[in-house]
Amino acid sequence: MGGAQLDVYKVDLLGLLTHTRQRKQPNQNSKMVKWSDFERAAIQDIFSKINYDVVGCAALSRCLIVYPWTQRYFGGFGNLYNAAAITSNPKVAAHGKVIMAGLEKAVKNMDDIKTTYKDLSVLHSEKLQVDPDNFNLLADCLTIVVAGQMGAAFTPEVHGAFQKFLAVVVASLRKQYH
Amino acid sequence: MSLTAKDKETVKAFWAKVAPKAEDIGQDALSRMLAVYPQTKTYFSHWKDMSAGSAPVKKHGATVMGGVADAVTKIDDLTSGLLSLSELHAFTLRVDPANFKILAHNILVVFAIKFPSDFTPEVHVSVDKFLAALARALSEKYR
Repeated sequence: MGGAQLDVYKVDLLGLLTHTRQRKQPNQNSKMVKWSDFERAAIQDIFSKINYDVVGCAALSRCLIVYPWTQRYFGGFGNLYNAAAITSNPKVAAHGKVIMAGLEKAVKNMDDIKTTYKDLSVLHSEKLQVDPDNFNLLADCLTIVVAGQMGAAFTPEVHGAFQKFLAVVVASLRKQYH
Repeated sequence: MSLTAKDKETVKAFWAKVAPKAEDIGQDALSRMLAVYPQTKTYFSHWKDMSAGSAPVKKHGATVMGGVADAVTKIDDLTSGLLSLSELHAFTLRVDPANFKILAHNILVVFAIKFPSDFTPEVHVSVDKFLAALARALSEKYR
């Protein structure tokens, strides 16, 4: 035991590592989302540029205005009777911030959004009982609001990266629904 | 989810503002659709160049927005107004109607970029309803 065996072990490890480097090793977890450098940079850039307070509130307001059936989940929010009431509703603004905080978690854990969102998914499915098709409606509104904020900087390529990010977010939120 | 009188008014007023840029809007929306939803490229395999700003994309973007402009004038009866366009899409082009929604979303994104202060939530809902009604009218002859 001891030194000699450890040395042999070390050599083996080195051999394995070199062997690994020579042969293309498939992704350890083939289910992981693959992000290109451009996509990673685009997502970080978007979230560093947008005004969280404005975007969250504006996206949620648009969702409640454009797809009014989504109001079913916000019975306790008070006055949602018309567009003006919705956009000035303080509970909508507060909840917009909650949504942005949730998205930020995904931005900080882009390589495993699925695990990061496990509890959030259970929350939406079992406690809040939100029809997951609604996630796409909010995602569309978010895209429109971010596009408005970023203007020409929201190029088709950046738009594509954002769309992919939202698709992963939505899929992760749907994951725990049974 | 039919268009109210207010929706129609809102759409016409917004269209009057955006119409001068219709070709640019069409080109941008189509480019985005092809880039962001690559499955839509399957309908354009006969184009040599599908990149943003290419000649076929520019031309087709203008064609699409011409159709939208026409629809605005026929907003009171889209189904009969767009009958021949529906036949074209149903029998010749055979575009899966799910794609109408995708293109509509990209048109809205371009509106948000080019007209940030005009594309308010109230305008957004009326225009979204209009594009959905347009899509329904286009799907009319499918089956």
